[in-house]
Amino acid sequence: MTEIKLIYFAWVRERIGLAEERVDVPASVQTVEELAGWLQGRGEEYAYAFENPAIVRAAIDRKHVKPDALISGAREIAFFPPMTGG
Amino acid sequence: MDARLIVRVQAEPFDPAAEMDALAKLHDDIGAVASFVGYCRSEGGRLAALELEHYPGMAEDEIERVVHEAVTRWPLSGVTVIHRYGVMRPGDGIVLVVTASTHRAAAFESVEFLMDYLKTRAPFWKKEHRADGSVGEWVEAKDLDDKAAERWQTRS
Repeated sequence: MTEIKLIYFAWVRERIGLAEERVDVPASVQTVEELAGWLQGRGEEYAYAFENPAIVRAAIDRKHVKPDALISGAREIAFFPPMTGG
Repeated sequence: MDARLIVRVQAEPFDPAAEMDALAKLHDDIGAVASFVGYCRSEGGRLAALELEHYPGMAEDEIERVVHEAVTRWPLSGVTVIHRYGVMRPGDGIVLVVTASTHRAAAFESVEFLMDYLKTRAPFWKKEHRADGSVGEWVEAKDLDDKAAERWQTRS
């Protein structure tokens, strides 16, 4: 088990109902994609947020990452929709 | 000479004229200052406001990465990027990009590059506040924005 800080933004945050949390992630969860899949199983709020996991983006320690990025060593992982700034 | 690079993520409004003037006066070989301001629209009266959420820390970092990419591609003397967060009313400036160079091509092109990259990489999200008072939707990202950013990858 590794404790990781998770942060959520925009509709991912609204659907989960939390801006951030600390979770114990099982060692079997190794990539961002696997983490999203594991979160999906934590309750209906999470299932809703990740119902279409392909469109949810992620950042590890404040840098954009792809779904196959390894989470080992991460302090902070963020999940959010495609960005709409500018 | 090192370029003067300024990145600010703030709730407060910005003054485009003052920011352009500051870059124009950097030194006496600035021949071109180009700028872009993105404004909040009412969408034909449908929206009362846009609320911008951001990822503090990453927003600054990501804009700085894009700015550093711009100064490796063009001979720029200065770059200023200001992106606001919070509630914007129609007519409010949301984002300002200003670049200064000896010649206009570098200034024009780098502003466009910076905006195209900011749209797809800077962690900001817009939520609509409708004019009728009801809760609006999160603005959806446009494929066009991805295409606009991608075109800078195909030319070297």
